[in-house]
Amino acid sequence: MSEIFFYALSAIAIACSLLMLFQRNAMYSVLYLLVCFFAVAGLYIMLNAQFLAVVHIIVYAGAIMVLFLYVLMFLNLNTPAAFTKTNFLRMAAIMTGGSLFLLLFASFYKSELVEMPMPVTNTTGDVQTLGKVLFNEFLIPFELTSVLFLSAMVGVIIMNKKDKANG
Amino acid sequence: MIDPILIFKIILVVVLFALSLAIAAYSTYAERKVAAFMQDRLGPNRAGPFGLLQPLADGVKMFMKEDFIPAASNRFLFIAGPAITMITALMTSAVIPWGPNVTINGTSVPLQVADINIGVLYVLGVVSLGVYGIMIGGWASNNKYSLLGAVRASSQMISYELAMGMSIIAVVMSTGSLSLGSIVNAQSDWAGMNWNVFVQPLGCLIFIICAFAECNRTPFDLPESETELVGGFHTEYSSMKLGFFLFAEYVNMFISSAMITCLYFGGYNFPGMEAVQGSVGDIWFVLICVAVMFAKVLFFVFFFMWIRWTIPRFRFDQLLNLGWKVLLPLSILNVLITGAVIIFFELKQN
Repeated sequence: MSEIFFYALSAIAIACSLLMLFQRNAMYSVLYLLVCFFAVAGLYIMLNAQFLAVVHIIVYAGAIMVLFLYVLMFLNLNTPAAFTKTNFLRMAAIMTGGSLFLLLFASFYKSELVEMPMPVTNTTGDVQTLGKVLFNEFLIPFELTSVLFLSAMVGVIIMNKKDKANG
Repeated sequence: MIDPILIFKIILVVVLFALSLAIAAYSTYAERKVAAFMQDRLGPNRAGPFGLLQPLADGVKMFMKEDFIPAASNRFLFIAGPAITMITALMTSAVIPWGPNVTINGTSVPLQVADINIGVLYVLGVVSLGVYGIMIGGWASNNKYSLLGAVRASSQMISYELAMGMSIIAVVMSTGSLSLGSIVNAQSDWAGMNWNVFVQPLGCLIFIICAFAECNRTPFDLPESETELVGGFHTEYSSMKLGFFLFAEYVNMFISSAMITCLYFGGYNFPGMEAVQGSVGDIWFVLICVAVMFAKVLFFVFFFMWIRWTIPRFRFDQLLNLGWKVLLPLSILNVLITGAVIIFFELKQN
């Protein structure tokens, strides 16, 4: 039963990411990506990580993708791909994409499947467990991430202020 | 042999679905009656006694009207818009506890479709998806006014979601759980009067204001302000597709009222609860609790209407300023105060 779900969700996720890439209309791309996020959230729920699944939906589907749609609406990019692709752009895209692929392939090829460090139980994906792990074992990385977020927010505000002073 | 608990849950889902729709339908009637009362008019009184069949007549009218899809619109997304709005409006009711535990075949089952331990986050997630129906519908209409309405709706909802989440975090901190069931249970102390509204008055006010904004209700009904935008995001819609958009607003209102009740006004808890539980049978106690819950919810539905006919609409910049510069800092302050008080009491105990 759970295997059927796993394969169905994975198939949806992969199909939607491919559709997102090959879609000419930016609006459809965003919507396909959205469906992909839902499929991934379903996979998280299958791993008993309800918290991760819901936060994934809130942050990516509920906030970031809404902002994407918002920008698309303002720019009104109904017309497919308005910019021209020069040979230089094509080469650059192939180089960067190829090197990313190489990196991922190499890392997957080298790494071997390891046993889970902790057995998956009913409480693995719990908020309580997650909170304890985050604030005990990974306190410093967690705090550093939040500082990073804060600096990004401050940066956005400063950039916005600059625009106003010039304009 | 099918699990009796599963049957109970399925019945609960069907009843909740029917009830949400029925209450939403009669909210449209109530809204017109309340409006009429506030403006010293009679309101609908032609269809049936006291005009009670008016929602039925409206529903039939909506279905009978010509269903028109504009030629320049995107057909699939045009239909998906109202569907998504309706689905997300109905999804939230799954985690709301409507009454105390019921005993079936010796096992105690909560009167709630799914008591997941992240119920509060589930609600926030579904609420954040609600904006897609409006955005997709407004964009697919291929109409300037629809697009403007959709853009307004999305920026409004994003702005108020943050303050809403922050005010809920304060409740979660004081209760120590993300499950709506435990949040309601925690409010049963002080003879059933330990409501979060007394503990978190500021958070409660912020949450109610944000709930109004998320439901696109006056004074925050800018996405469809008819004087500027014709009909807002649903300008191009007709027949039952328009009906779905209008109806989803009332379902949202009902669910928001249930959320306000659960988070801040004690859910099904009421003063003198223990005395009642001792003197009547179990089934009666559950029924009384459910009745109390619905009385509170219906009061807040009325409150939504009351505000609508009392306060005029905001200007759009005022709306965004209120969200980002007033409500968000206030809700963060509320979280800070809550944290400080919790630490203070913990230190005092040690």
